Amino acid sequence: MTNTSTVRKTDLIFGRSLDTLTLLRNAMQRDKDGLIQELIDSGLRGRGGAGFPTGLKWKFAKGAPGNEKYIICNADEGEPGTFKDRVILEKAADKVFAGMGLCGWLTGATKGFIYLRNEYIWMRNHILAQMNDMNEAFRQMKLDFSIGLKMGSGAYVCGEETALIESMESKRGEPRNKPPFPAIAGYEDKPTVVNNVETWVYALLISYIGADVFAAYGTEQSTGSKLFSVSGDTPKPGVYELEMGMKLSDFVAEFGDGDTKAVQVGGASGFCVPRRKFDQVIIGFEGIPTGGSMMLFNSHRSMYHVLHNFLEFFMEESCGQCTPCRVGCQQLLLGIEAVKSKTKPAQYLDTLMEFTETMRLASKCGLGQSVGNAFNSIVNEFYEEMIY
Amino acid sequence: MKTVRLTIDKKVVEVQAGKTILDAARIAGIHIPTLCHHPDLCVAGNCRVCVVEQVGVRTLQASCAVPVADGMEIITNSAKVQQARRHILELLLSEHRSDCVNCYKNNHCELQDLAAKYIFTPVTLIPLPALQHYTIDSSSPSIIKDDSKCIRCQRCVRTCTQLQHVTALTVSHKGHEQKISTFMDKLLNDVVCTNCGQCVNRCPTGALTERNYIQEVWDALLDPNTHVVVQTAPAVRVALGEELGFDVGERVTGKMVSALKTLGFDSVLDTDFTADLTIMEEGTELLTRLKAVLTEKADAGTLLPMTTSCSPGWIKFIEHKFPDYLTNVSSCKSPQQMFGALAKTYYARKRKLNPAKIVSVSIMPCTAKKYEADRPEMRSSGFKDVDYVLTTRELARMIKMAGIDFMSLPDQEHDSLMGESSGAAVIFGATGGVMEAALRTAYELVTGREVPFANLDIKPVRGMEGVREANITIEGCLPEWSFLEGVELKLAVAHGLTNAWEVMQAVKQGKAEFHFIEVMACPGGCLGGGGQPIPTNSEIRLKRAQAIYEEDAGKHIRKSHENPEVLALYKDFLEAPMSHKSHELLHTYYIERHCN
Repeated sequence: MTNTSTVRKTDLIFGRSLDTLTLLRNAMQRDKDGLIQELIDSGLRGRGGAGFPTGLKWKFAKGAPGNEKYIICNADEGEPGTFKDRVILEKAADKVFAGMGLCGWLTGATKGFIYLRNEYIWMRNHILAQMNDMNEAFRQMKLDFSIGLKMGSGAYVCGEETALIESMESKRGEPRNKPPFPAIAGYEDKPTVVNNVETWVYALLISYIGADVFAAYGTEQSTGSKLFSVSGDTPKPGVYELEMGMKLSDFVAEFGDGDTKAVQVGGASGFCVPRRKFDQVIIGFEGIPTGGSMMLFNSHRSMYHVLHNFLEFFMEESCGQCTPCRVGCQQLLLGIEAVKSKTKPAQYLDTLMEFTETMRLASKCGLGQSVGNAFNSIVNEFYEEMIY
Repeated sequence: MKTVRLTIDKKVVEVQAGKTILDAARIAGIHIPTLCHHPDLCVAGNCRVCVVEQVGVRTLQASCAVPVADGMEIITNSAKVQQARRHILELLLSEHRSDCVNCYKNNHCELQDLAAKYIFTPVTLIPLPALQHYTIDSSSPSIIKDDSKCIRCQRCVRTCTQLQHVTALTVSHKGHEQKISTFMDKLLNDVVCTNCGQCVNRCPTGALTERNYIQEVWDALLDPNTHVVVQTAPAVRVALGEELGFDVGERVTGKMVSALKTLGFDSVLDTDFTADLTIMEEGTELLTRLKAVLTEKADAGTLLPMTTSCSPGWIKFIEHKFPDYLTNVSSCKSPQQMFGALAKTYYARKRKLNPAKIVSVSIMPCTAKKYEADRPEMRSSGFKDVDYVLTTRELARMIKMAGIDFMSLPDQEHDSLMGESSGAAVIFGATGGVMEAALRTAYELVTGREVPFANLDIKPVRGMEGVREANITIEGCLPEWSFLEGVELKLAVAHGLTNAWEVMQAVKQGKAEFHFIEVMACPGGCLGGGGQPIPTNSEIRLKRAQAIYEEDAGKHIRKSHENPEVLALYKDFLEAPMSHKSHELLHTYYIERHCN
């Protein structure tokens, strides 16, 4: 472990550099294609976890035919261990809405929605007030764009963008077959840009600070900074804006309790990194990406229980439509219980890991595809804990 | 049309843009297994059995759901694909109660077929706990729903919503609790289910099956104290062969009669006979309604349009979904129920039999007929008019059970008294057939001339379009029908309940004015019924329809009102269409039902 470098904290999102409406007005003075190029150059990638290049997504939507397009803010923050969108919406919802307005102006969309997770219903009035203010501001700026609110109903899978769209259309929240992708046929089968809460804010900021300043943070593949939700066995849980591309060892040095045994990077759908690999892992797209969730576990924790908990979560939160995910999640849970209770031999864990490969390859959406991330990393790294 | 070039297993394939990888593979003669896919239904892409490898793509692709693109390289049999396919089947088997030898669908199960093909080492997965405490919904007289056999392919749900607009079956819950359910998890018999059985036709496993009455019928046949009569619906004779070694579209009327006699039925009669009778009653009813509206200025809305009433799936549908229009439905019972009522009255009297000792069985292409026979209204003979309804599939089973070599049976004719029929009755089995049969008779009754179509084939009402409309102007009426002179009759034919729903919506919203609407609940009409051989698809239904029209063309009587046994029935027993006796035995009423 190295103790020479430290984690760099940044303050782009909550910093009070400039008034939000000024940011938006400035951005709207610029050439549209130039601005999208600036976003592409900045290297900004979706902050929800999947990491699709934001500028490209906007470019596709701008180029998509038709007048009716939609902008959706994905505020269905459901990944276990993630709570940074909540803080953004509490403290800087105006920047989120302005970012959506900017995208509307760029792509020609006139209607936007924020899809708010049901558990955040307590924020509803606050968000509606901010939203109405921003809609009024759009009117005054003669920007033909307005934002509405849609509440989720509590399903984790609705964070997946096509399931989110289905849910917005009052259908069961189940992922769609892709292609077509939402940029071509999304909400009401019209071109739709779906971005995470945080991404909207960075896109707006980049229009002001420029690609170079943004890309000066982070690494070549993981530019800029992002918000991290730090939880678990840490003396200072909370939301922090940190530079991308840090070493996990640096992160642990900053946030660990001195006894960190493992870090789950990226929530239940992410990877578990054991202590001996802390200094090999970069937090970013060249290493392990995260939508923000960083869960620290110290030596008092049973990794079997951690995995058991994740699998129970997936078993309930799978939408249930596709076989690998619906049955696979149940089999993984039954399987580790059977190994623990010695009704199946330890080698059964290897069989289960083969099944996670099928889940990764053949599930319909990211949920089923990523269950194996946590499963394989925990089982491989803490094999004994699974058996004894 | 734009075409796309791709390679599948190194074979270059050129197909229309918009086709899926699966379509392309089939065109190229490359087999990809499927399970949730069904040619009649929209794409689901949820079983994942059909996954293939696309070179350069991180994950496997569901070939049924992914459209082809230029330059795509597809591999259908790589190690990755093989493992995924086997794993997916193993996962499905772990949530399926694989009690195959005890299963009604044994040897008729798509999951079993796939397992036989792709699984060659013992499955080590743990059977899911839900399989230990399952319930079987046997509330419906038509359909049995066994969730422990369900593999969540959602074919039934897509059938029920997309094809039939019924939405009795829906998906409820999520994750491990996800299941195919009904409104508030009620029993199938307590929801909007029309018993059409289209879900049964498409269920790949034993999760949805017809409720069978095979044992009951055997018991009756083997009981020396009963006289068992059987009626055979028009559509059965063009499909039964499929279950017994014949090609699709082969007519097996004579062999079917022989087989029924061999099975021990005391009299093998024909639903076609009462189909002709239905035309007499329903045609007269239509003319009566037209007269009331045109000459007596009766309230047109409650009388017209008149819809047909032969399809019990349609009846239950309209009772649930359009209860304001129940007076528009013809009061005629279906041919099955007319037959039942006559079997224990007219037939019993003529044959000098005690009606209490008669067991009346019908062979139907339909599962809704089982429900219909169970309706409390259907006891006008003083007994249950039709005791047991067997589907085409159940009859095929009985024939196999009895060890009958169906292929080599001689052709035999239906027995007399209620066995004679016209070509008009046969076409009841195809969509548009009742309309055509009714026109052949009503037109002639009114004008004294045959319908002005070559060979009596009223082509405008034939075909497989979901909704067909036709107009026919009545000219040269006989004096007593002069009020119809110059009237342009507006007709509509719909098959499949989604199409029926659309027609009724148009009527309700005042967008369409019809005099007469024929509705058949099932795609293609009865020939595509929920009791017909599995599989079904548009090609199969078309072949069965062709067979039906061949049968009609070959009949020496083509018009219902020329059926001598029907004429004798009126002379000896009923007096006239819509007589008091007819009303007692041949007509019924409908019941408003809740909407979920």
